[in-house]
Amino acid sequence: MREKKLIRKIVYHVLVILFGIAMVYPVMWMISGSFKDNAEILRGTLALIPREPKMTNYATGWKGFGGTTFATFFKNSFIVSSIATFGCVLSSSLVAYALSRIRFRGRGFWFTCMLATMMLPTQVIMIPQYLIYYRLGMVPGYVPLILPYFCGQAFFIYQMMQFMQGIPRELDEAAEIDGCSKYRIYSQIILPLLKPSIVTTIIIQFYWKWDDYMGPLLYLSRPQSYTASIAIKLFADSASVTDYGAMFAMSTLSLIPVFLIFLVFNRYLVQGIGTSGLKG
Amino acid sequence: MSTAAVAVKKNSFRKFMNSNNTVGHVFAFPFIFGFICFSLIPIIMSLYYSFTDFSLGSKQAEFIGFANFIKLFQDEVFGKSILKTLQYVAISVPLKLAFALLVAFVLTRPTRMVTLYRSLYYVPSLVGGSVAVALVWKQLFARRGLFNSLLTGVGLQKINWFGNESLAIYPLILMAVWQFGSSMIIFAAGLKEIPPEYYEAAEIDGANGPAKFFRITLPCLSPIILYNLIMQTISAFMTFTQAFIITAGGPNNATMLYALEVYNQAFKYNKMGYACAMSWIMLIVMSIITLAIFKTSRLWVFSESDEG
Repeated sequence: MREKKLIRKIVYHVLVILFGIAMVYPVMWMISGSFKDNAEILRGTLALIPREPKMTNYATGWKGFGGTTFATFFKNSFIVSSIATFGCVLSSSLVAYALSRIRFRGRGFWFTCMLATMMLPTQVIMIPQYLIYYRLGMVPGYVPLILPYFCGQAFFIYQMMQFMQGIPRELDEAAEIDGCSKYRIYSQIILPLLKPSIVTTIIIQFYWKWDDYMGPLLYLSRPQSYTASIAIKLFADSASVTDYGAMFAMSTLSLIPVFLIFLVFNRYLVQGIGTSGLKG
Repeated sequence: MSTAAVAVKKNSFRKFMNSNNTVGHVFAFPFIFGFICFSLIPIIMSLYYSFTDFSLGSKQAEFIGFANFIKLFQDEVFGKSILKTLQYVAISVPLKLAFALLVAFVLTRPTRMVTLYRSLYYVPSLVGGSVAVALVWKQLFARRGLFNSLLTGVGLQKINWFGNESLAIYPLILMAVWQFGSSMIIFAAGLKEIPPEYYEAAEIDGANGPAKFFRITLPCLSPIILYNLIMQTISAFMTFTQAFIITAGGPNNATMLYALEVYNQAFKYNKMGYACAMSWIMLIVMSIITLAIFKTSRLWVFSESDEG
């Protein structure tokens, strides 16, 4: 009986691990590809260990295109993602506070509007948005990639509202009796207590923005302003033979921030998604 | 009325700035501003443009009534793109949710490794939206790519994945299913909420594994299934990057997902009015499907109130 249980346990773990390896295999294959030469990648071998590992792909990839190196592309990505994420956290927490804690006229209406934007397909507003920015002379430029994030992101507003429901209202009430204004209640009581939800937002928003392709595709046109996602795609677009090694090398580098964030905040992320729900 | 509420009321008379109406609007201002500028006005503009022949650079958009919509229904690519998108959504979403639920269920066993396993299964969701992984995917399904090596390895014929009209969509579907991680985590959180007493009671009544799964787990999770189903359906309809990078819509428009076709019409062919009309059809189709899911949910979503 005990033996049977042990065998079942081993089988369970082996299966789960094997399947897990199959799941991350494409990513590992990409990383190993960054150390292989083109010929070896194109042979389509399953092996993860390169025949003769080499770092040259990183050197050639880093050179980038037309004199702009990947240092610039990564810097651009980082600036856009950081500012957008900051804006998203700030604005979403403000709006979430209003919608979940303050009884003002029109609250229900704006709450419904917020839910509606969550379900609105991007494609419907993408074209007119582009035209608005275009007429304001903001295309090409970073403003369209950043500005909307300072207006609250419905998905995160909703998530923060859910979290705020767990913060006892007695805290607000006690502070109010002590003469605290709503503005101070937000900044000194709610905001500090909202930290777990804020961390989740930072992680998810940052890597969504870091990975974003459509935004930069629409709004950036000068190579010096390209973000990493656009630049990586350029490898595949080049007229001559695609340098897969260099492409995978830069792809690997582009995933490092995402993995770092994931490793550091893993616990928060799993909790945050679990309690609020997450698409993607 | 509590003393606090009285205090709030007094305060609101005294100071306009501290009245709930003012405070509420101040805090909600970013959203109200954003909603009007980046959602409401664009929606209205889009509706207007869908009845015009507007294109970037043309001086005046001319009102052409329903011409765009009539043209759409004669457009072969449009028809194909709708069908392919529906196929993509109808296959990828249920498979993704089934996998997510299955893995979440398997990983509920209380072992120390569970967190590690969940992280492992979450990795595809973490990186799946990136250009980098899309480019890898393209390579995996190339003629001499990894999947064909696997096929020849077990003695099967190579498949020209991206050259075959009926097969080209499947690498994209597989990629979507591969990213079941975030749904899995939501399911896992839901599974934790099911009271263990339910299972204990069922065991006493002699229920076996499958019976417990179908009679307890599924009904208890149904609200979460509904949430995941709707969110995943919406995001599947909007899939763009993967199709744009992996297949660019080919071969012969066999993977022309709707979002990609809207993008092409607007920004490649500069037919803005036409693309707006297309996006409105998308909105209508998506609304109908979401509504249908909500309507049928009464039949299969089990809510706390009728548990009794």
